[in-house]
Amino acid sequence: MPDEDRKWAAHQALVQGVLTGAGQADPALRARAFGNEGLAAPLDALVSKVATAPTQVTDADFAAVTAAGYSEDQLFELVICAAVGQSARLYEAGRAALAQAVAEERPDDAT
Amino acid sequence: MRLEILNSGYRPGTKLLFAIIRLFSGHPVPDAARIVFYRPDFYGTRSKVFTHEAMRGPSAWSVGDRELMAAYVSKVNDTAFCIAAHTATASRAYEDGTKVAAVLDDVDSAPIEEPLRATLRMLGRLSAEGTVSVHDMKDVLATGVSAQQIEDALAVCAAFNTTDRLADALGFEVLDAAGFEAGAKYLLKRGYR
Repeated sequence: MPDEDRKWAAHQALVQGVLTGAGQADPALRARAFGNEGLAAPLDALVSKVATAPTQVTDADFAAVTAAGYSEDQLFELVICAAVGQSARLYEAGRAALAQAVAEERPDDAT
Repeated sequence: MRLEILNSGYRPGTKLLFAIIRLFSGHPVPDAARIVFYRPDFYGTRSKVFTHEAMRGPSAWSVGDRELMAAYVSKVNDTAFCIAAHTATASRAYEDGTKVAAVLDDVDSAPIEEPLRATLRMLGRLSAEGTVSVHDMKDVLATGVSAQQIEDALAVCAAFNTTDRLADALGFEVLDAAGFEAGAKYLLKRGYR
């Protein structure tokens, strides 16, 4: 297996693990945290910050979701899903741009 | 850390391991290393495999280059824990802390080769803006970086965009300089497994 495939495959395994592996948060909820979409308040605020502005996460964000009934183990899973999800989108965006750049630079594609 | 389970929820054997490491190294186990021990079947085990592959697997980039990419991505993300951890590790790998500091201060003027500079710029844009253009990728390829090297760099970028987010969201404790030096030594000797 080429090296880049090994790295990508290891990342895919990580993604599948957090989305479908044994956990305490419902897989449908984990998928929404991973995608940073379709979540209700107050979980949406925490997940959105983890995905796009993680330095702005505060103790109050965790207090709000804890008060809403989420357990620490569920939050552990959902925060990881949000982080892995955003990183997966970056990884995919970079690979797509690279694939197109390589395709366009092939001499036989010059026409 | 912000979840109490990540401070005190580890299995007895894991707690003992943390205590032994602290006793022999003189430093606490960094939070980035602790978190992969919590319910490792969920995240930790596969995260270690991926991160080790990205940072220490076969690549035309040196270990120092990849640690510099980790530090640079973390700088773009403003993640204090990972900036310090990977500045220390890259500096030790290169045996040149001045070069690492220069890159983090201003990638455009730092004394590094153009292929690495172009790659760092692309990773920074991807991390900051969430996207890169085909034109950006062509700019990197034009400096002589291979498509394989870009793939490898994207894996480093993915690994550290994940860890940076966990560090900031969960509140990884920033260690003192000696603590980060000890961590750097460990990462260069053993990697991320």
